[in-house]
Amino acid sequence: MFVRRNPQLNRNDELIHLLSIEGLPAGILQHILDTAGTFLSVNDREVKKVPLLRGKSVFNLFFENSTRTRTTFEIAAKRLSADVINLDIARSSTAKGESLLDTIANLSAMHADMFVVRHSESGAPYLIARHCAPHVHVVNAGDGRHSHPTQGLLDMYTIRHYKKDFTQLTVAIVGDIVHSRVARSDIHALTTLGVPEIRAVGPKTLVPGDLKEMGVRVCHDLAEGIRGADVVITLRLQNERMSGAMLPSAGEYAKTFGLSPEKLALAKPDAIVMHPGPINRGVEIDSAVVDGAQSVILPQVTFGIAVRMAVMSIIAGNSA
Amino acid sequence: MSRIELDAEALYAGLLTGVRGLLKADGVLVGIWSGGAWLAERLQRDCGLAGEPGVISSALHRDDFSRRGLAAGAGQTKLPFEIEGRHIVLIDDVLYTGRTIRAAINELYDFGRPASVVLAVLVDRGGRELPIEAACAVARIVLPPSERIELARDAAGRFTFEIR
Repeated sequence: MFVRRNPQLNRNDELIHLLSIEGLPAGILQHILDTAGTFLSVNDREVKKVPLLRGKSVFNLFFENSTRTRTTFEIAAKRLSADVINLDIARSSTAKGESLLDTIANLSAMHADMFVVRHSESGAPYLIARHCAPHVHVVNAGDGRHSHPTQGLLDMYTIRHYKKDFTQLTVAIVGDIVHSRVARSDIHALTTLGVPEIRAVGPKTLVPGDLKEMGVRVCHDLAEGIRGADVVITLRLQNERMSGAMLPSAGEYAKTFGLSPEKLALAKPDAIVMHPGPINRGVEIDSAVVDGAQSVILPQVTFGIAVRMAVMSIIAGNSA
Repeated sequence: MSRIELDAEALYAGLLTGVRGLLKADGVLVGIWSGGAWLAERLQRDCGLAGEPGVISSALHRDDFSRRGLAAGAGQTKLPFEIEGRHIVLIDDVLYTGRTIRAAINELYDFGRPASVVLAVLVDRGGRELPIEAACAVARIVLPPSERIELARDAAGRFTFEIR
């Protein structure tokens, strides 16, 4: 039978692109998390830079806006001594009608070594990885509803930092699971790393029953969903969901699925609360929880830089 | 092929004497991960120094990164003291091309500017590709490039050399 190779791996099963967490073995995920641990300590040095990507050019291609993700990728690349070029693609060539592959061909002619890609179309980073030169590496920084692998990995780093062992945990993901590439990446990563109970919590319109196929327990009641959890991941409620008849109103959502201190008390006393940002205070999560003792939302951002350094340095060190 | 037998424990006794001679008044030991770190750990005790020795990983400054990539489990730099203005004795098991030492010194400088750095090793196997020398090398041998020599530590903390 013809078996299609995972396009993220070379012949020796080493990571050459990061496109999705789905299909990556636990060993590679652990290697990324271990390496991120090394890079986290670089922030404490007098010289906050290491020369691993010296002389390499990293192009940030954000076809869809994102300040935080783009900035953390930029910081990560600079700490690895790469030259970083930020392209405001949405307002330049694409707007003039250039196709995605023509844009990539032109940037490759400028001697790019790595593309960090965010795109509203699921699968765009795969297309780029398939058509770019063999020495070029691609990192998916979020594609459509499909995948956001570095967010998934930084979430895993955060969980491992506070909880050490994945194999005893109950993790609740609360909110708009069906449209969330973060949720999808988290679920794949948690499953691969051996988390025994993953719960998808939210209203029926945003958490359909067939999510069970991903190996998660579906809960349409917040109290039931977070009771006894070690980790609560709240997702951003996107405003456009209000207009699509998926939800009655933001206020209604906050009342039934917003994470308040009272609801959080149902989780384990040492449970941590995570959020990929940007936060809608008072909608999916109360201010008191965001700023409370159990919140690890800001450490997530710090860990995100180290995780992105790890991903970029690992893929740059492997050849196709 | 003739086999060279190296008694790592006997060489360690020589290293201890050498390092005692090299240590300045407020000097510190820094071992290169992994073999050098094991040696530094024991030297710290045997020299009667308080606290932990430093451990340095050369991984982030290696010059063969583009060919070999980042290895899993490459160790982490841990320097539990200020580097700035200190006299440092850098410890490793084997000195060969000098490239690991170059990378380790670069790594050290990411934390500050030491007053001085000297190198002490168990074995100098020749084959230098950079102008780097050890102030103390207990044994000097010549090995062909095809052979690898590696320090091992057993559960009781005793050292042996493996030549393959």
